Amino acid sequence: MTRLVIRNGRLVDPSSNIDGVYNIYVMAGRIASVKPSKTDTTEITPGAPGLEIIEAEGLLVVPGLIDVHTHLREPGFEYKETVQTGAQAALAGGFTTILCMANTKPVNDNESVTRYILKKAEASGCAVLPVGALSRAQKGESLTEMAELKAAGCVAVSDDGVPVVDGGLMRRALEYSKIFNMPVISHAEDPLIAGSGVMNEGAVSTRLGLKGIPNAAEDSVVARDISLARLTGGRLHIAHVSTRGAVELIRAAKGNGVKVTAEATPHHLALTHEAVAGYNTNTKMNPPLRAPEDVEALREGLRDGTIDCIATDHAPQSTIEKDVEFDRAANGIIGLETAFSVIYGLVEAGVITLNQAIAAMTINPAKAFGLDKGSLRVGAQADMTLIDLNQSWTVEAKGLKSKSKNTPWLGATLKARVVKTITGGKSVYGLERP
Amino acid sequence: MRLKRKDLLGIEDLKLEEIEQILSTAESFKEVSTREIKKVPTLRGKTIINLFYEPSTRTRTSFEIAAKRMSADAVNISVSTSSVVKGETLKDTAKNIEAMRPDCIVVRHPSSGTPLMLAGYVGCSVVNAGDGAHEHPSQALLDMLTVKERKGSIAGLKIAIIGDIAHSRVARSNIYGFTRLGAEVVVAGPPTMMPAGIETLGCRATTDMDSALKGADVVMMLRIQLERQKESFFPTIREYSRVYGLDEMKLKKAKEDVIILHPGPINRGVEISSEVADGPYSLILDQVTNGVAVRMAIFYLLLGAAKEEGK
Repeated sequence: MTRLVIRNGRLVDPSSNIDGVYNIYVMAGRIASVKPSKTDTTEITPGAPGLEIIEAEGLLVVPGLIDVHTHLREPGFEYKETVQTGAQAALAGGFTTILCMANTKPVNDNESVTRYILKKAEASGCAVLPVGALSRAQKGESLTEMAELKAAGCVAVSDDGVPVVDGGLMRRALEYSKIFNMPVISHAEDPLIAGSGVMNEGAVSTRLGLKGIPNAAEDSVVARDISLARLTGGRLHIAHVSTRGAVELIRAAKGNGVKVTAEATPHHLALTHEAVAGYNTNTKMNPPLRAPEDVEALREGLRDGTIDCIATDHAPQSTIEKDVEFDRAANGIIGLETAFSVIYGLVEAGVITLNQAIAAMTINPAKAFGLDKGSLRVGAQADMTLIDLNQSWTVEAKGLKSKSKNTPWLGATLKARVVKTITGGKSVYGLERP
Repeated sequence: MRLKRKDLLGIEDLKLEEIEQILSTAESFKEVSTREIKKVPTLRGKTIINLFYEPSTRTRTSFEIAAKRMSADAVNISVSTSSVVKGETLKDTAKNIEAMRPDCIVVRHPSSGTPLMLAGYVGCSVVNAGDGAHEHPSQALLDMLTVKERKGSIAGLKIAIIGDIAHSRVARSNIYGFTRLGAEVVVAGPPTMMPAGIETLGCRATTDMDSALKGADVVMMLRIQLERQKESFFPTIREYSRVYGLDEMKLKKAKEDVIILHPGPINRGVEISSEVADGPYSLILDQVTNGVAVRMAIFYLLLGAAKEEGK
């Protein structure tokens, strides 16, 4: 039986309120015991057969990170990303579990596509959990066969990437999904209010002469979907919250007992619409980077629990989509490999605590989606991420595992680097030392 | 002396001295266009490419004439930008043009920010001839020249810019230019066409045309795109004209010696009545004449003049 010991690392596990130096013992892929290093007298024999020892002194050890919002592009857009390259990017970013959205080609609206994705992910070392489409072919007309999707392995439903314009259909999705206890993820956007906007509407869009997307495009649909969640009792998860109005609506809904959870992305938490000046197409995504008051509201939402999860909305695009005029460029940026470092920047700046950051990337997303993950309690699956908080690194295209390189942090030097990722007690990623 | 810059992309980042240098150079070039032989040899051997992704008659012609009066070789490339036909990317086009060793590319493009992108792709000079709703620097410079000629000085004047501010690159460039020269700029138009935070560019904004016109030394009317009606920016052309069209009646609110500018082409009877457009206050054709001089000055200061001495 293989055993693994991780010694003397700083364990931060918000699910069990732990922050301290611990030794973690893993047996058969699960956590066997967690003991404070200082008082741990367990005898281990280095070199014993089947025993791996990782000396983690000076490193941060956290439950494997969970990202509830990625786009892996396969099937259909393999030139941007494949399940394999996406999974490798996830592991390099410290994520051991990722949810992938259904806007592939064909759309993941039936079991054969779901099974295809799962098959592609099999040997990756990363748990890839597909999100099924909410409507057939994401056309927003009729519901998908959710019993089939669930049985095949989908953990939620969403038409993410395409707003559900028909409020009646959204109502039925929230109702019907209750049979399977699957959350419905809302990409909350009124495309008619958003119009042909390409960035946040405000002083910056006016200065740059770019068409704006007002906050109301998001706020109005968040309000609609919260009303529908209250009506139906369904489980609603709001994707990529970007506005102050949406944060306020979600906070009030949670106070009223509506079953709603929410996520925010590292880029919406770290950058404002000022980043678009210079017309860098790697600052173009939907929803767009917003005004400073929106960013501040998101941060407050993260602090007070209104925003449950940090999710990347990892959206690979090739240079074909991005190396063009700003208003013609595709939306989206990759995020898996920079997420933790960007969020740690917020921790260092005093915006959120390390515990809040880890919770929003581990136990909170696990709870929001009913996953038995995100914790290093005894008996839990041994998914772990080891991070060197003091190691700075420069984001370079050639160093990224993702097939696409569309990140606004290209060339930036970030602090905190994932050095090892472990799933089921097995090391599946280790930072190559130069 | 040359401008200490490779490109002219907008007024926003021009220093006051640079604007003044371009205007005074343009004044001195005006005379060339009145000669019998309308040509100086200054830019002989230089190649200037007009790369236009939007239909344009007056601006393209003006740049072409300016280049020719400076003895540069001017080549026009018109690219259709139908979104249905996927053409060559801007980057590929830029690299191909650069391989032919031009000295300057004049670019007009419907997408804001494209000249900046292009300037990053090529080593030669890039002049923005209008990008989306962003900037149209040569238009603003010719407007400033026209006002300066008539009024002597720009500082202290009240400039009213009226119409579709949201979609106007002319408005943005003029707000930067005139405020930098010390004028007070007020923009007016329907709230549907007033972009968020326009005041942060340095102007005052109102939806009341009369208050904008009151005491104005200069009134600049913007062309209204008739298609905007379909997007509900205003109910009908008739109603737009009633509220924001400039006629002699409304013009009485302005100063007696007011001057009227319009970047053209004008929609007679829509944003401006024929009486006003053809009237004594109108300097619309002077603007066109000055356009050539300003563009000659831009080419000269980017390509022709000696670089700073001793450096």
